[in-house]
Amino acid sequence: MSTAAVMENPRLAESERSHTEHAPIPFRTVFGVELRKAFDTRSGFWLLAAIAAAGVIATGAVLAFASDSDLTYDNFAAAIGVPMTILLPVVAILAVTGEWSQRAGLTTFTLVPDRARVIRAKLAVTLTIGLASMALALGVGALGNVIGTGLKGVDTTWDLSFSSILYIVGADLIGMLVGFTLGILTRNSAGAIVGYFSYWFVLPTLSMVLAANQSWFEKAQPWVDFSFNQNRMYDGGFSGQDWAQFATTGTAWLLLPLAFGLWRVLRAEVK
Amino acid sequence: MIIVDSLTKKYGGFTAVAHVTFRAEPGRVTGFLGPNGAGKSTTMRILVGLTPASAGDVTLLGRRYADLPNPGREIGVLLDASAQHAGRTGREILTLAQRTMRVPRSRVDEMLELVSLTEDESGRRVKDYSLGMRQRLGIATALIGDPEVLVLDEPANGLDPAGIRWMRDLLRGFANQGGTVLLSSHLLHEIEVIADDLVVIGNGRIVAAGTKSELLEAAGTFAAAPDPAVLAAALTEAGHSAEQALGGVRTDADPAAVGRVALAAGVPLTELRPADGAGLEEMFLELTKDNAREEVAA
Repeated sequence: MSTAAVMENPRLAESERSHTEHAPIPFRTVFGVELRKAFDTRSGFWLLAAIAAAGVIATGAVLAFASDSDLTYDNFAAAIGVPMTILLPVVAILAVTGEWSQRAGLTTFTLVPDRARVIRAKLAVTLTIGLASMALALGVGALGNVIGTGLKGVDTTWDLSFSSILYIVGADLIGMLVGFTLGILTRNSAGAIVGYFSYWFVLPTLSMVLAANQSWFEKAQPWVDFSFNQNRMYDGGFSGQDWAQFATTGTAWLLLPLAFGLWRVLRAEVK
Repeated sequence: MIIVDSLTKKYGGFTAVAHVTFRAEPGRVTGFLGPNGAGKSTTMRILVGLTPASAGDVTLLGRRYADLPNPGREIGVLLDASAQHAGRTGREILTLAQRTMRVPRSRVDEMLELVSLTEDESGRRVKDYSLGMRQRLGIATALIGDPEVLVLDEPANGLDPAGIRWMRDLLRGFANQGGTVLLSSHLLHEIEVIADDLVVIGNGRIVAAGTKSELLEAAGTFAAAPDPAVLAAALTEAGHSAEQALGGVRTDADPAAVGRVALAAGVPLTELRPADGAGLEEMFLELTKDNAREEVAA
């Protein structure tokens, strides 16, 4: 690094400097910057690359190992969807927690003092990445289905209805929202990821064991266990009561914690 | 222009900042001086809205920070050079700032050149940067929006002597162009050579504020003589304060008065000058002694 040269601070051209009034930063700018931040670190880049790679590998695995009758669109989509379901919420977590765990928020919230705006942009980025990933999964799955059945010379089966797809996309987006909420609540990458895997793997197991042994809990479970309802979404076909149970548990486990976390994030010191 | 009016920040029962009031004027470098833990960083975080104040107001260029439509274009901020995502490259961090502020893309290269980060260095991840390089990157981020005001917390930390010299010239040039500079330091010498105005804080309270020359004048005169005790006695006789130090005498009399007293007493002077340099340091230690953190730890 050369320190010898002392330079004048280059100013912007006069046309760029309206010292009277600067235009407010538009939301699309904040969104664009947040989207870029999801890809521009090694961890972010490899996480997203891993999601794409897992989709391709899963397609290949179905092609290689599935029996002819299992070469259906449902199976291709499921094989690709499972790693995505697990990894996408981590994208949501890191989008939020990096500002605190890596202390990047000192710059972010100085340049955009309206923190709610930054959080909204992060949420929009999270959902955009989620939808784009799932579109990719469905596309790769369709390609695998066509190629696979073509190679094996069996009929191509399109056994995934549009409504099932909507349920799956919804369940995955809910999973990302759970990750986002944990990020907002903990403001710590490691804590949020541990919390998320507890929610995803430990809680359902405990809940299942409890339901199997206590009949009262088996009846109560749909009304108290949000992950139970989220998992049911992958099977689709919700009744009115299913939706009521989904809404009840979603409010308690997702919306209220999210509201509390946001309330704190908007007020807490950024250090 | 920064106007801080009666700013107070309490954490439970602990008052970190109490009724802090000062101004940083355009065209001048204002040094914010205080020992570690005196409340400098808390005050600066409140200035830019990262920490909510318990009471009091801050206006920058006539507005609250949160009301600035595009803050980076008006206020350049560097609070902690290490507070960056370690996995991003220096160039990427500048690019994010450039895009957020909506300034031309060419600013990124201009700023890298200004702070002497090479092409190769700008492509490395920040976790591999030295503290000095992080400070340079932080200065580049603060300047990329071509702001009118700079708020810098301990910007000289980690810079080598050539880097400190560079920073001093840069900030002087910025102020000479009409910009407002507020920079904090716990290093007296650093601030003494660059600041026009000084605000001294100790344990959350302003203990002194004014132009550097005013505060240096208050520090008095230093005179050396072969026999300092005789000179000290003569000065005391003449009604001035006199304190023997460093082989001479420090007094509140101005140099002319010291010369007259020495002449009348027949004491040869070997040195006679305003007690700057060491004087400000003594003033600083003196002013902050009662408020120094270790003494009120209870």
